[in-house]
Amino acid sequence: MYVIRRIGVYAFSLILASILVFVVMSVLPGDPATVMLGTQATPESVAVLRSELGLDRPLVVQYLDWFTGMIRGDLGESVFTGQPIGPQIADRLAVTLPLALMALTMTTLISFPLGVFAAARHRTLGDTVVSVLSQLGLAIPAFWAGLMLITVFAINNSWFPASGFPGWDESVSQSLRALILPAFSLAIVQSSIITRYVRSAVLETLREEYIRTARSKGLSKSQALWRHGLRNAAIPVLTILGLQFAALLSGTVIIETVFVLPGLGRMLLDGITGRDLPLVQGGAFVIVAFILTINLLVDLSYRVIDPRVRQQ
Amino acid sequence: MSSRLLDVEGLSIEVDGTPLVRDVSFSIDAGQRLGIIGESGSGKTITALSIMGLLGENLVPSGRIVFDDRNLLDLDEQAMSSIRGNAISMIFQEPMTALNPVMRVGKQVVEALRRHEGIAKSDAMTVATELLDRVGIDQPDRRARSFPHELSGGQRQRAMIAMALACGPQLVVADEPTTALDVTVQAQVLQVLRDQVVSNDAALILITHDLPVVASITNDVIVMRDGYIVESGRTAHVFGSPSNSYTAQLVDSVPPMSRAISAPAKPPSNEPESDAIVDINHLRKTYRLRRTSIRDSPPMIHAVDDVSLKVHEGETFGIVGESGSGKSTLARMMVGLTKPTEGDISVAGIDVSGTKNLRPLRDVVQMVFQDPMGSLDPRMKIGDIVAEPLRSLGHDGDHQSRVRSLLDAVAMPADVLDRYPHEFSGGQRQRIAIARALAPGPRLLVADEPVSALDMSVQTVTLDLLRNLKEQFDLTLVFISHDLSVVHEICERVIVLDGGRIVEQGPVGTVFGNPKETYTQQLVAAIPRLDGAVAATGSALNVDRPPPS
Repeated sequence: MYVIRRIGVYAFSLILASILVFVVMSVLPGDPATVMLGTQATPESVAVLRSELGLDRPLVVQYLDWFTGMIRGDLGESVFTGQPIGPQIADRLAVTLPLALMALTMTTLISFPLGVFAAARHRTLGDTVVSVLSQLGLAIPAFWAGLMLITVFAINNSWFPASGFPGWDESVSQSLRALILPAFSLAIVQSSIITRYVRSAVLETLREEYIRTARSKGLSKSQALWRHGLRNAAIPVLTILGLQFAALLSGTVIIETVFVLPGLGRMLLDGITGRDLPLVQGGAFVIVAFILTINLLVDLSYRVIDPRVRQQ
Repeated sequence: MSSRLLDVEGLSIEVDGTPLVRDVSFSIDAGQRLGIIGESGSGKTITALSIMGLLGENLVPSGRIVFDDRNLLDLDEQAMSSIRGNAISMIFQEPMTALNPVMRVGKQVVEALRRHEGIAKSDAMTVATELLDRVGIDQPDRRARSFPHELSGGQRQRAMIAMALACGPQLVVADEPTTALDVTVQAQVLQVLRDQVVSNDAALILITHDLPVVASITNDVIVMRDGYIVESGRTAHVFGSPSNSYTAQLVDSVPPMSRAISAPAKPPSNEPESDAIVDINHLRKTYRLRRTSIRDSPPMIHAVDDVSLKVHEGETFGIVGESGSGKSTLARMMVGLTKPTEGDISVAGIDVSGTKNLRPLRDVVQMVFQDPMGSLDPRMKIGDIVAEPLRSLGHDGDHQSRVRSLLDAVAMPADVLDRYPHEFSGGQRQRIAIARALAPGPRLLVADEPVSALDMSVQTVTLDLLRNLKEQFDLTLVFISHDLSVVHEICERVIVLDGGRIVEQGPVGTVFGNPKETYTQQLVAAIPRLDGAVAATGSALNVDRPPPS
């Protein structure tokens, strides 16, 4: 029952999001037709182009047209290149999605052990060191971390490429290699945030009475932590991980620029500066759809981790 | 070699140089049942935790705790954890938070066995089922596969007992094992605890603030106060003729009904002839639960089911019932905090169920809540807390002097005005909450478990205060409690609620002294008495219901 309800909410949110994306983009000042024709355009030529683009139709008709097209996988064409937008976004996602996933994996691999370590050694030197590291990681801008990584690992030692992306068709292994440094730059900031959440979630859990019960049964501190603590501590952290993944999807534009990656962020930025309305609408909606999907998955995974949610 | 099972010699426990337990010595033999009595801050719980070696890191014990010819305080962590759950085990107070919410009950019950006796994972569920069966949990195979929230409070505490006894310990330490339970469930759990400890030949240390509970299960007792032992001896003797003045005070604070099996008679008080200030007719509150499938209509819970009653001007009216009986819902509807589904409530002539404007009602009715910490805003000064109803209800006049006289009425000094709630004890906070409730000058005070969170001696003081305030301010008092003895002490008439319905009603002396209905009889019988007689046994009662799902 819960699952059905939750999926219903998901579908409703998707539709609402599509309306919002469409309306906001349409009412923003700056008409694509005017932008395309430049400052020399006469009002007549703008009107002609507007009608060619279908911009003179009522907003509702435009929306329905756009939305039904999207369901068929047709996001329209870019007003500048005339290329269909769907495949364009798919190409870009093929870079951004693996980048975000890789950054998230690295974040998890770094922050869980560090956070658990710091919590288990609460108020000791180890805890302080982790604290300082995570402060530093938060303070370092991602682009600067990227530049440093390029200097050390691409210029001084040419272990990884400094920039560019060969494409998955070209070479899977080279493409993966091209994503490692940018993913790591993102993971530095992300894992600084998540480490703190893991640390406080584990500390919180260690104060729970069932940990004391576990210890009263003869389990050592670390046994109690592993068997009883981690799963409980994972519940609040999961929420944050989901939110961070969403932020990664739309927030990679700086890193994509530093590493010259053809990702979704850069495409959107170009689209916005160029007033390429259909492109921005399509891109924005795809990102929103991904974020909603991640939220759905996070909510459903609570049911796997926490039996109390299952019962509701 | 000593024949004692456990010898505690000169135990002191300090935190940052401040002593919490001072020079405590006692011993216990195999098969003995020892009670440790004390109020909050007496050091009873940390004494227990020090035996388990589970004190927090900032708590430093000194002295000797000799078990099995070894001083437990000298043992390293590894040696200590091979004793924990094996030779000495512990039962904790609140089985909901003391059990891991995301692990199946059976797995938790056998965990000690897996740790100490290395039973195979494949046998774990079978063993768990046997253990749960032994403590009288029905459908033990199903319950072993359940999660803690799917069990009732009583079942969870039984599972805790099964868990503690899994390895056949020589000593079981139980810290307030029944405090969170309803009285009938408490009677069953105490019975199981005693039977299991006896049949396992184990010794028991029972820590509680509740004298009748200690009386019903232990042979010997220690009374602790401020970290010291003030008195010790045979339980019947200590409670029968206490030699220490503090013990005497504790014994005195036990309400008459919890003293002996024959409750003292109370003069019958018939329905008073004064006007009714509360008039409730066929009141119903129904909650709709979540659907479980698309086809079925959602299940309903009747929290309050066809309740009619009259409370008369100037009386003290009791509402008793166990958790889930609907007593708090009924109280909240009286003060207009919850909308009834059906029926009428009129309070002092105001139609509570019909009107939307409840402001006039707030001048007439005020409420005192159970948890005096949670019901006071931690960031507001006491003066502002008490004055807030005056401001929000638009009272004119000198608020400051009114607040001072109210605080004086609840025996709080005037210099508390600029202080914050956390600076006060539970009893003091409850007095502040009462002062706030009295601020708008209500005619009716609805008190929902006002003394349940308080220590026994503080309970007595607070009840006396309520009685005096009632006279002084000409109040009518509706007193809600799960504790029959307290209701017996303060109320004139009472209703007994079960499943949202009134099961029995009448003068307190009649209803509790000579109950007509089986349910009331069970409630009365389940009260632990200071003279050690518990009439009801677990098998006679079967009112331990699993939570609604």
